[in-house]
Amino acid sequence: MANLAKLSLSEEEELMYTDQLAAILDHARDIMALDTDDLSPTAHPLELRNVFRPDVEAASLSRDEVLSQAPASEDGRFLVPRILGEAP
Amino acid sequence: MADDAVSSGGADGVLPGWEIVVGLEVHCELKTRTKLFCGCANSFGQEPNTSICPVCLGLPGSLPVINKQAVELAIRIGLSLNCTVDKSIFHRKNYFYPDMPKDYQVSQYEKAINENGFLELPLSKKVVRIERAHIEEDTGKSMHVGGDGGRIHGAVHSLVDYNRAGIPLVEIVSAPDLRSAEEAREYVTELRSILVASAASDGKMEEGSLRVDANVSVRRLGVEEFGTRCEIKNLNSLRSLVRAIGYEARRQVALIESGEKVVQQTRHWNEDQGVTTAMRSKEEAYDYRYFPEPDLVPLEPSAEWVTEIRSHIGLLPASRRERLTSLFNGVSSGPVYDQIVTAVGLGLDDLVAGAVAKGAEPRLALARATNEVASDLGNLEMLTVDNFTEAIRMESEGKLSATQAKTVLGKMLESGANAREVAKSLGFEAMDSTVIEGLVDQVIRSSPKEWERFSSGEDQLAGFFVGQVMKLSKGKADGKIVTSILRSRRS
Repeated sequence: MANLAKLSLSEEEELMYTDQLAAILDHARDIMALDTDDLSPTAHPLELRNVFRPDVEAASLSRDEVLSQAPASEDGRFLVPRILGEAP
Repeated sequence: MADDAVSSGGADGVLPGWEIVVGLEVHCELKTRTKLFCGCANSFGQEPNTSICPVCLGLPGSLPVINKQAVELAIRIGLSLNCTVDKSIFHRKNYFYPDMPKDYQVSQYEKAINENGFLELPLSKKVVRIERAHIEEDTGKSMHVGGDGGRIHGAVHSLVDYNRAGIPLVEIVSAPDLRSAEEAREYVTELRSILVASAASDGKMEEGSLRVDANVSVRRLGVEEFGTRCEIKNLNSLRSLVRAIGYEARRQVALIESGEKVVQQTRHWNEDQGVTTAMRSKEEAYDYRYFPEPDLVPLEPSAEWVTEIRSHIGLLPASRRERLTSLFNGVSSGPVYDQIVTAVGLGLDDLVAGAVAKGAEPRLALARATNEVASDLGNLEMLTVDNFTEAIRMESEGKLSATQAKTVLGKMLESGANAREVAKSLGFEAMDSTVIEGLVDQVIRSSPKEWERFSSGEDQLAGFFVGQVMKLSKGKADGKIVTSILRSRRS
């Protein structure tokens, strides 16, 4: 899992997180044991639905200001380390 | 490697004993003014990183709010594809790639807004099932510097432009119902017409507003079970789509026939080399850790809203084709029907129907639209229905020869002028029939042997005389008039 999340953990940390994750899984098992046949799934804790904004343009940020806060940039673009994987 | 053993040439080659199975995922950019979750402009070709804000940059504390127009256009697409429109929710798709500054893409995973539709192909009449058409946001654009041709291999670093990040998309997923590269082409062509007709997207493949991924597998004829599929990315044109499917099918057949197995993977189409290459190694397990987007509440379009949206959808391609076929005795196959499909596909049906309504000869109007006008689509707005009608009428009345009419239409598209002005400026004055008669007689005198043969019934010589008269008149004589004079001289 650490590999999937691209985290490098020490052996101690690995043990600690394994314990914590096991506790979470136990809890999930408890919940799964409940009878939920009569309940519909909760998509969102709020009762709100259909929150929209109109299709109206708003000001964008200044590129210079944004790029000045990036670690590196070139030709008006964000410069990032060499990408090894492909975009999903 | 089997890859090298397979020829990349040829079109959609038939593989004896095998069947190709294709399902397509089409990403279509919606024609909104602004992005899906923020007010940044949705426009193509801007300076990099000039249409970005805290929301689409994923800055801390920013919150997305859904663009109502994007949802409306998505529903339009769903209704146009005969889908069921229902309540839906958004999920986060998490991944490690810098094309989304948030490190996730918002998409509809479990429950799409549009599901279970279908689309009927006009030529093969095949019904293709649509599994879903869901809303998601587009990602930024990366350029790989130092590598070969912008590709990742050997790149020193990458440059990212986030103008496209957050542009509203609808991803239309077909069932694996297509059985050849040609059917895939027909599907994308028809889908594109539907998207344009419903005004949901501009459908421009060359600008990336329509992008296609193809899932391709092969199976032996008669086998029901699907083979292992590969997903092909980077198909930027219909030509790429057809070539890539053909190549990929041949690659898979060659693998299986040599006793190897097809490995399920994502492959990249290389247009220059005409091959697909593996993009990811199979060891790499991807886990997008989908979870419901807590910052967006569910969509529950009311029946009234859906009905209202339906009433905004204009004439769809199927109805447009019907409108034209009704001008041709309900033709449903053959060259005229093919021209009708082309006219609708290119958005020229209003022009043809309009001209016919104003008295233009239907067949001629359809032919000139799908040939001459179609070859200069970029200037279509220069051509009014009235001017087009006039050009068609001048030709059918013999005031312009076919060659002249084609030239006149070409100039009309360039200049926006009307047919008579253009014909006059080109010196295409209607040639008086007495002048043509004089030319016919001149040719008859100079070719007595041919005339004798023609007179004794060798009809194929008519072409010779028409050609000679055309030459003398410098193309200004109308071939039909010349032919009728010839026949009257013979009797």
